[in-house]
Amino acid sequence: MKIIVCIKQVPGITEVKIDPKTRTLIREGIPSILNPMDKNAVELALSFKDEHGAEVIALSMGPPQARDVLIEAMAMGADGGYLLTDKQFAGADTLATSYTLSCGIKKILDGASEYLVICGGQAIDGDTAQVGPELAEELGIPSITNVQKATLRDGKIITERALEDNEINVLETGLPALITVLRETNKPRFATLQGIQDAFEKKEVVSLALNDLQIDKSKIGLTGSRTQVWKVFVPEKKKESVILTGPVDEVVKKLGRILKEKGLI
Amino acid sequence: MVKMGIIIDKDACTGCENCVSACNFGGVVMVDEVAQITENCNLCGACVKECPVGCIKIEKEDVETVKIDKSQYRGVWVIGEHVKGVIRGITYQLLGKGRELADALDVSLIAVVLGNEFQEELEELGYNGADEIILVKSPVLQEYNSELYVNITTELIGKHKPEIVLIGATPIGRDFAPRVSKRLDAGLTADCTGLEIEEGSRNLLQTRPTFGGNIMAIIKTPDSRPQMATVRANTFKPMSKRAIDVKLTKVDYDIDQGVLATKKVKTIKKERSHVNIEEASVIVSGGRGVGCEENFKLIEELANALNGEVGGSRMACDLNWIDPSCQVGQTGKTVAPQLYMACGISGAIQHKVGMQNSDFVIAINKNPDAPIFDACNVGVVGNLEKIIPALIKEIKSLKSEG
Repeated sequence: MKIIVCIKQVPGITEVKIDPKTRTLIREGIPSILNPMDKNAVELALSFKDEHGAEVIALSMGPPQARDVLIEAMAMGADGGYLLTDKQFAGADTLATSYTLSCGIKKILDGASEYLVICGGQAIDGDTAQVGPELAEELGIPSITNVQKATLRDGKIITERALEDNEINVLETGLPALITVLRETNKPRFATLQGIQDAFEKKEVVSLALNDLQIDKSKIGLTGSRTQVWKVFVPEKKKESVILTGPVDEVVKKLGRILKEKGLI
Repeated sequence: MVKMGIIIDKDACTGCENCVSACNFGGVVMVDEVAQITENCNLCGACVKECPVGCIKIEKEDVETVKIDKSQYRGVWVIGEHVKGVIRGITYQLLGKGRELADALDVSLIAVVLGNEFQEELEELGYNGADEIILVKSPVLQEYNSELYVNITTELIGKHKPEIVLIGATPIGRDFAPRVSKRLDAGLTADCTGLEIEEGSRNLLQTRPTFGGNIMAIIKTPDSRPQMATVRANTFKPMSKRAIDVKLTKVDYDIDQGVLATKKVKTIKKERSHVNIEEASVIVSGGRGVGCEENFKLIEELANALNGEVGGSRMACDLNWIDPSCQVGQTGKTVAPQLYMACGISGAIQHKVGMQNSDFVIAINKNPDAPIFDACNVGVVGNLEKIIPALIKEIKSLKSEG
């Protein structure tokens, strides 16, 4: 069985700061990383491989430097990596991205009908959580989102997911299928030294451009995007704050008064 | 490296640097007084508009695309959300915003509900803004079902052709909305924090945070319909109720469960039961600065004293001090209580986007430079291990005074 893990290279934005003078992102020294939840997706695929045997393929769409995250996935244990890279793919919204990924998946499958696609729940730069389910729709396969736990049994995938705080639904579907996973799904393994060596020496990243795929050019990149970014801006700071200082008992008295005035006590 | 898709006519560039200041992503730099695109470029096109000599272009190959007759699409829809027949707050919030948009466009606002038995009268949706309710009624729809939601909403939208469809950015909405948008080939914008109609067109301007909330982007769906958008809980407010005779249309939908690919095996009830923090009016949240699991009890005690709920930062959840369902922030929940207390939370932008709509925010942190102090009404710089017990005592004594 083939397990395809869709991964994305993102800026490590938890470290992003805004330049107070120019009000723009300070990007110097911000590393590009493998999207955190995509690591959980790779881990789940590898745990299925360990248990049942499978070929794990990492797939990404992006500029040539996105190759780095595919190598990282291979160092963790993925058997191979595919990078969809072409200037025509750029500027894609989630509809165009999911279409392009589906063309890559069809190429990788090469006619195989039993497969599983695993995606991270959402990427930390866009946060849309849309590409996974849209990709499943494009492929015409079932999708289960927000999966916290998953097992493979007899050609079926059994998942746990929560739509409510106090309730977990156990859902089962046959393969092929697509699931999206969360941070709490598992603890991603670290790449071993041997793993890193193998990623560079024994495995390879296959780059696929427009002409390598069977693809409808009207559905990719900017042309295939229904949504367009019209404007971007840095949000204004909203609140004017009062800072309380002094001995604890005085501060606490002031807080108590404020809470009482607000009708909160 | 040269970024794909965007080209600068180096000979025409005057070196004015307008493009550099227009870019929020560090995607343009000056090299030898000529603009150059860097790998940070995400093709947003901000620089294209700012160039006074028109020397920046986005390379776009002309491909035949099917044009949509946008005039066929009229009306604003809200897809209602309920849990086993209890209408969720997000539905009323979406109706509040939907009413504004429908009025701006001079069209009807329609609430679409898939369900069976409801705790409240469905007319409530009308009192909260809807002109009409479309109810798809079946016992099978008492609980959420991914495939049925996708099939039914796609068919209804395809048949009635609304120009705008609003859906909650909840686990349910985020599950079915993307598949619907794909099946309809309609643009979908996630997690909108602002929605308005563009003057002179009927386009929906959809503002959403990106890069973890560091940047806001305004998204348009100019050439296709419907325009679909999801909105996180507590982003918009419900409108004040009105009296109205609301039209209720029941739609029969032939549901064949046999063809569904995904089956529900069982439901596991979680032992820990607490109020969904999205609905709470007081939340006391703790972060890494709380120090240890033992200290987190202080947060719970303070929440109890204020009759509130407990929340946490992502770090507090990762450290297992609190259940992930109580996480506030970009990857957790968006809350807007009357009072939000952030204790030992530094206030990364990803946390702020989850609580910045709160009515009143009190922050306690020992670091005077913590960014949370920019997002609070009242800040206390100090040691929460000392402040919180004293505050609990003070609250109790104020309570007993009455």
